[in-house]
Amino acid sequence: MLNSTLVESAVSARALVVHRAGNEVLHGLEMDLAPGSVTGLLGPSGCGKTTLMRAMVGVQRITSGSLTVLGRPAADEALRRRVAYTSQTLSVYRDLSIRDNVAHFARLVGAGPDDVARTLDAVELTALAGRRVEILSGGQASRASLACALVGSPELLVLDEPTVGLDPLTRESLWEHFHALARQGTTLLVSSHVMDEATRCDSILLMREGHFLAHAPIDELQERTGAATPEDTFLTLIKQEVAA
Amino acid sequence: MTTTARHAASRTRPHLPAALTTTGRIAAQLRADPRTIGIIIVMPLVLVSLLWYAFVDVPVPPGGRAPFDTIGPMMLAILPMMLMFIVTSVTMLRERTSGTLERLLTTPLSRWNLLASYGAVFGFLGVAQATLLGLLVLGPMGVEIAGTAWMLILIALLDALVGVAFGLLASAFARTEFQAVQFMPVFIGPQLFLCGLFVPKEHMPDVLGVVADFLPMTWAVDSVVDVAANETVSGATWGRLGLLAGIVVVFLFVASRSMPRQSR
Repeated sequence: MLNSTLVESAVSARALVVHRAGNEVLHGLEMDLAPGSVTGLLGPSGCGKTTLMRAMVGVQRITSGSLTVLGRPAADEALRRRVAYTSQTLSVYRDLSIRDNVAHFARLVGAGPDDVARTLDAVELTALAGRRVEILSGGQASRASLACALVGSPELLVLDEPTVGLDPLTRESLWEHFHALARQGTTLLVSSHVMDEATRCDSILLMREGHFLAHAPIDELQERTGAATPEDTFLTLIKQEVAA
Repeated sequence: MTTTARHAASRTRPHLPAALTTTGRIAAQLRADPRTIGIIIVMPLVLVSLLWYAFVDVPVPPGGRAPFDTIGPMMLAILPMMLMFIVTSVTMLRERTSGTLERLLTTPLSRWNLLASYGAVFGFLGVAQATLLGLLVLGPMGVEIAGTAWMLILIALLDALVGVAFGLLASAFARTEFQAVQFMPVFIGPQLFLCGLFVPKEHMPDVLGVVADFLPMTWAVDSVVDVAANETVSGATWGRLGLLAGIVVVFLFVASRSMPRQSR
C-alpha cells in the first residue's frame, strides 16, 4: 500500500454534523479513511454508527460540515456506481432466489454474469444460489445480502454489521475476503458491536454518543490503555472520557 | 473460475436492457408467487359471475334493458382500480419496510424508473385481467354493447393504472401492511358510491354530483356507459380517458416525490 499521507483519503469528514428526525446525532466528526484499508466502526448501539454509514452512502442528509467520498461530496450521483452498502435489515427480495437477487443488483450497477458468479463464490453461496432467500438460514441470508453489495466491485464498501449471526467459520472466511478486497484497493468500513472483531481491522474508529473516542489500530489502543483485551480497551477508553 | 461458478454464470438470465432491470425483477417476483397472479386474474371473474347470478332472475321491464347489461360492463371500470390499488400498495410498502428501497436508492436506479416499472408490470397484469373480464361479460354472459370491446379494455387498463399509481402513493402514508389494506375503503369507498353504479349522477344532490365529476372512477364509469350505448366514441369520452392517463402520470410523479433519496 502507498503511504497514505500521499494519497487522497477514500472518505474524509470535516466538522460533520447530522440530524436525524430533528435530533443532533453526529456532533462535528473528523475522520479520514485510507484507500485500500479495512476500518472497524465500533461503539455501543445507538451511538450513531448507522447514521454515519447512511450519510456516507448518500441516503442521510447532512446538516453541516463536509463529507467527501472518493473525491466527491457524499450523495453525489456519480458515487452510486462506486459505493455499495448493506444495512442491518436484510434488504434483499425474500421471494427471489439468491442468484436473482445478486443478478438484479449487478444489472443496476452494470456488472455482468461473470461478476455474479464470482461474487456467489466469494460468499460461498454458489451451491445454494437457486434457493429463495426466505428459506435460507439467517447466516446464509445475510451473506446473500452482502453478495448484493459486493457485486460490481465497488471502490468503497460500507457494511453495517455484516457478520452478525454468522458462525465462526463463515466469519473467518468473510474477513479473509474483506482483506483480499482491500489488497486490491477497495476501502471498507465495517461496523460491529462485537469488540473482538477489532483485531480483524487495520484500524478502529471507536464511537460514543455521536463523536469519536479514538481512531487507531487496536494494538496501539491496547498499548495506550494497558488493557488485555479489545473489550477492556474500549471500556477503559470510555471510562477515561466519562471521568474527564 | 470454478466449474460451479461457470455453471452458475450460464444459468443467469439473458441480459435485459438496463432500463428494464426493475421490470424484470418485479416480474420474477410475481412468477414466484402464482397465488397472487391467480387472485388478480380469477377473483374479478368470480365476483362478476356472482353478480351476474344474483341478477339472473330479476324481471326485465318490457322494452327495457336487463340491469346486469348496464352493471356488468361498469365492473370493468370498478374492479381493476380496486384490485390493483391493494396489490400495489402492499407490494410497494414491502419494498419500503424491508430495506430494499433504501438499498435501491444507493444504486444508479432512478426513482421514476422504479415507479414506472411497477406501473408497467401491474399495468400488464391489469390488461390480462380486463381482457378476461371483458370476454366473460360480452361472451357467456351475453351483454351487448354498441361500441367495441377494445375501447372497454382500454378503459379498464387506464382504470387499473389509476389503481397502481394511487397504490404506490398510498404506500408512503402507511407504516404497516395492515394500514395499507385499510386505505382501500378510504380510497375506493367514496368513488364507488358516487361513480353512478348505485345512483345515476343526475339524481344525486348537486354537491355530490359535482364531487363525483372529479373522481377518476366516475370518469371510467361514464366512459364505459358511453361505449356501451354508442357505436362511435364521443369527444367527451376521449377527454375523460385523457384525464385518466393524466392523473396516472401526476400521481406517479407525486409518489416519486414521496420517496426522498435522503432522509432528514
